[in-house]
Amino acid sequence: MSDAPRRAFAAGVAAWAAAAAVTGLLADHGRVPAGRPLVELAAAVAVLCGLAALAGRFAWFAPVAHQGRRVAALGVAVAAWEIVTAKTGWLPLPFFPSPQAVLDVYRVDSARLAQSVFSSLLILVPGFALGAVTGFLAGLAMGWSPEARYWGHPVIRLLGPLPSIAWLPVALFVFPTIASASIFLIALATAFPVAVLTASGVTLVDSRLYDVGRTLGASNGFLIRTIVIPATLPHLFVGLFMGLGASFIVLIVAEMLGAKAGLGWYLQWAQGWAAYANLYAALAVMSVLFSGLTMALFAARRRALRWNRETVQW
Amino acid sequence: MVSAAMATPAAGASVQVRAVSHAFGDAARRLPVLDDVSFDVAAGETVALLGPSGCGKSTLLRLVAGLDAPGAGRIGVDHVRVAGPDPSRLLMFQDPLLLPWRTVEANVAYGLQARGIRDGLERVGRALRLVGLGDFAGAYPHELSGGMAQRASFARALVNHPRVLLLDEPFGKLDSLTRMTMQEELLALARRHAFTTVLVTHDVEEALLLATRVLVFSPRPARIIRDIDNGLPFPRLRDDPAFIARRREILIALGHGEEFAR
Repeated sequence: MSDAPRRAFAAGVAAWAAAAAVTGLLADHGRVPAGRPLVELAAAVAVLCGLAALAGRFAWFAPVAHQGRRVAALGVAVAAWEIVTAKTGWLPLPFFPSPQAVLDVYRVDSARLAQSVFSSLLILVPGFALGAVTGFLAGLAMGWSPEARYWGHPVIRLLGPLPSIAWLPVALFVFPTIASASIFLIALATAFPVAVLTASGVTLVDSRLYDVGRTLGASNGFLIRTIVIPATLPHLFVGLFMGLGASFIVLIVAEMLGAKAGLGWYLQWAQGWAAYANLYAALAVMSVLFSGLTMALFAARRRALRWNRETVQW
Repeated sequence: MVSAAMATPAAGASVQVRAVSHAFGDAARRLPVLDDVSFDVAAGETVALLGPSGCGKSTLLRLVAGLDAPGAGRIGVDHVRVAGPDPSRLLMFQDPLLLPWRTVEANVAYGLQARGIRDGLERVGRALRLVGLGDFAGAYPHELSGGMAQRASFARALVNHPRVLLLDEPFGKLDSLTRMTMQEELLALARRHAFTTVLVTHDVEEALLLATRVLVFSPRPARIIRDIDNGLPFPRLRDDPAFIARRREILIALGHGEEFAR
């Protein structure tokens, strides 16, 4: 193993130690939340970087060894951001809160943030699941039956390009609650790409596989279960990724426009009170949450498609 | 004793092709592919259908398999009209066409599973060992070489104890050494299990090595232009003078001049 990863983590120690020093040792400019939690956090990261530099020789560490330069760069960014905000006030408040102020939000407002995450998931998960199932079934039907394709095609053609959030005014008076309206819109946003990709996946199945199945004694139901569905899975996952991305947009916009809870509402609320530190804190939570969900979908894909040569290399 | 009957391979069935004509496309753009084709295959016989590429041999095979219905004429197996696909008549293609999401074992078990036969695992194991893939039961198709995949496809057919095996250039995409091995294995299996084999090929040597009879087809629309009884004793050798004479006879029938056929 080369020395480069260890040098990177050594740089990480320096960067995060500098961030801790800047935060703890320099005087605050004006009224800023206490810097101590950030000092402790930065110091902890610095210690972890030190351990990483020492662990660099072990094989088990190899998968994360390449992260060193990123961790170091983040330390530099935090230190610089501290200087231009909390320590000098060069960037104007309230729009540019300091790292220590953002960190403080998690201490002061974690209950409300957790509640917001929970309420968002309560809309996102059922909406996405409903849309995925509906879209998959519709796509299978359209791919398999010419009659379903005849009726489904114009719907997909005309309504598919409409951003699902455009239906919000309609959904708000059709559905009894804003939550159910949001679930419907997320399902809609997911179902369209899933249906389109599933349907095209079905039509791409090598028809000779059906010949093989039929000569081996398979009924239509058995062909669908053992050939159509597995052959379509790679396309289904592409549709799910597109649907998930669209779901995030619908979720946040719907919550910003009408809801009384959820991460979108939290952003709106924080802006209303000019609580920009809360805004950034919520954005960070959203980023972790959404990328976590995307990664979970990737993991599900890897598991479902382990037979696929291309997937193995992911 | 249903289970005993299931466990022992059934003997080959006879095939009757009577005045079969077939065309693709609609009335406006009709493309005739088979023109009044008639022949019989006796039970246990290996017949090669030999002809230029695209002449309609593969279409004929699909008709015997029951995947398509003939435009005119009649196809029977053991004098019973073919009405649709059936696992007793299995078609093997040039490509192995394994299901990539199933392991080799699950691919071979496909036919048994489709028909709801539960205790097939032992049969699957036996079929895999028969084609030399006993150690690859858990592998996925993308992990197999071309020859191994074609063997797995072969096992997938054999496990159903077919009475008629319809082979559509099954060795066409294999390298020449693998092809020879597979040809020898097919001969051994056909003789051991006594199934009837209809082999589509455009390889004159392959037809003469494997078949007891060779039907030579004209270019599209296909008609039978020669029916050659190939009674050469086994093992057949490519440099046997009788073999060479027959190859020459067929090449001339296919329209290749004396020069090339010599």
